[in-house]
Amino acid sequence: MLPDERGYFGAFGGRYVPETLMSALDELGEAYLHARKDRGFQEEVEYYLQHYVGRPSPLYFAANLTRHAGGAKIYLKREDLNHSGAHKINNTVGQALLARRMGKRRIIAETGAGQHGVATATAAALFGFSCAVYMGAEDIRRQAPNVSRMHLLGAEVIAVEAGSRTLKDAMNEAIRDWVTNVENTYYLIGSVAGPHPYPMLVRDFQAVIGREARRQILEINGNLPDYVVACVGGGSNAMGIFSGFLADREVRMVGVEAGGHGLETGKHAATLSRGRPGVLHGSLSYLLQDEHGQIAPVHSISAGLDYPGVGPELSYLRDSGRVVFTTAKDNEALDAFQLLCRTEGIIPALESAHAVAEAVRLAGTLPSTATVVVNLSGRGDKDLETVIQEVGQ
Amino acid sequence: MSDNRITRVFAELNARGEKALIPFVTAGYPDLETTAELVLGMARAGADVIELGVPFSDPLADGPTIQRASQAALSGGINLRQIVALVARLREQTAVPLVLMSYFNPILSYGLEAFVSEASRAGVDGLIVPDLPVEEADPLLELGDARGLALIPLVAPTSTPERITRIAAKARGFVYCVSLTGVTGRHGGFSKKLAEVIGNVRAQTGLPLAIGFGIAEPGQVRELAPYADALIVGSAIVNRISAAGENGAVKAVQNLVTELKQALVKK
Repeated sequence: MLPDERGYFGAFGGRYVPETLMSALDELGEAYLHARKDRGFQEEVEYYLQHYVGRPSPLYFAANLTRHAGGAKIYLKREDLNHSGAHKINNTVGQALLARRMGKRRIIAETGAGQHGVATATAAALFGFSCAVYMGAEDIRRQAPNVSRMHLLGAEVIAVEAGSRTLKDAMNEAIRDWVTNVENTYYLIGSVAGPHPYPMLVRDFQAVIGREARRQILEINGNLPDYVVACVGGGSNAMGIFSGFLADREVRMVGVEAGGHGLETGKHAATLSRGRPGVLHGSLSYLLQDEHGQIAPVHSISAGLDYPGVGPELSYLRDSGRVVFTTAKDNEALDAFQLLCRTEGIIPALESAHAVAEAVRLAGTLPSTATVVVNLSGRGDKDLETVIQEVGQ
Repeated sequence: MSDNRITRVFAELNARGEKALIPFVTAGYPDLETTAELVLGMARAGADVIELGVPFSDPLADGPTIQRASQAALSGGINLRQIVALVARLREQTAVPLVLMSYFNPILSYGLEAFVSEASRAGVDGLIVPDLPVEEADPLLELGDARGLALIPLVAPTSTPERITRIAAKARGFVYCVSLTGVTGRHGGFSKKLAEVIGNVRAQTGLPLAIGFGIAEPGQVRELAPYADALIVGSAIVNRISAAGENGAVKAVQNLVTELKQALVKK
């Protein structure tokens, strides 16, 4: 079972952080390994996932979308129906319970689209932590409803004006806060990125998606899917669903990165498609960077995918060939967003719309006997303003 | 590594009963030409070792001052190759030990082997990589040892005695003790654990010990000097450069270095 003791997934992962944080990472790693073995902790997590988050989330056969695509049957894993609107809550509930077990009082987080920020603020309210969320000023502008939600939930939202003023810069600032307040603060990372043990523990808390989806598709269909499709920013929803099928060699997996304006324009966030290995935010992984190792500016219409890095396990799965990565452009995601609204009456997050775009394309190339499972990682209420601006009414 | 310039300077200072002042400037801020003049000026004003910061787009151990300087330098098109070339030019004019402080990714992107070999040939004496803890340092350490380039580790107030033992065993040049839990340039007092951490480091290594982060004024220099063999001043110098503007930067920084060095020498 990966990662190894040093936090490596093959050549990727590790701990590339200031010395000030190393003891805290050791402490977190130990606390997590103990918690993982503790039946009481597991039951507590399960309790909140069931009664608070609303799990299991349905696996829904999208009959109309399937008809539209004209090929394989498309199933949607409805993480959009979770409390607080996305898969992010699976991880924040788990980590907040871990933080409580570790005796921490304050939680900090970074957020891009605001979904992880909302999910963190939600768990902080539930378990009585003080909470500060770092968010790029540009993202605060384009994800205003989530900022209001975080305020209502009692979190402080700190605008980050540095750099590109998006997720990457929010994460820099959250790490600086953690370096400064490491002795009383728990850093609740929202993706399968960051230094070991975060890629492992975030994956483990999200793995409930894949476990459920595998059981559900077997119940509904009697056999495993041909494809599992998920969007990839940092990669937490993708690792969550992929992890349930990694051992099933016959199941093919597709990660969909943000193609932005198109790979040829340079305005995209397709880290695994166009990046090369490097170190950012504590781990060695694929990275969009210039020839001198400076992190490249990235673009996506969806704030949650607008990130130049990716989780180390996904880099490993890319190089091993177990997962294939492709891209959906801004306009393709917008088309899929509207398509899902009109065919199924489901408003997806723009992030998830990237996965829907690829699933529809892929299903059209497959026979009607084939099945494609898509992780519908979040709902799109937060994106209404962006979409209305882009496509009119 | 007995012929390393860092080792020699500390030996000379030690023989005279003096402590080292290590000022830091961001390379390429405001431009490379000024950086060269600043290095030569600081050496004349009494700097014993000089740290050159390699700008990085995402400097997560740095506070606002060095973030801004790094961003400005990057906007001016600075890169690690130019900084190595700058050191080669400076080496024709000064023997002051030069240490590069760089985040890991620019070095990784350069290629570890190519970087260590070209940097050491250019006359770089040491390397501080704030996001490369001892667990990940072996490849760079081994290359550095082969070329006489000292990989200088950091120790923090949160470092446990076990970590300090591991770090000290792999330390080269000197040990960089971080004075506080926080980023560079932070105000708000030094860690209460500093004396204890320094004691733990001393027990593990005979290498010189430098304290850095948040040191800006002569008063702080006098406060910390008894604990260390060297003091590192970064953000305060970069602030002087920003405040002085185009022409006055070298003079302003020289004045600060003189002032700090006097505070260090005076009993």
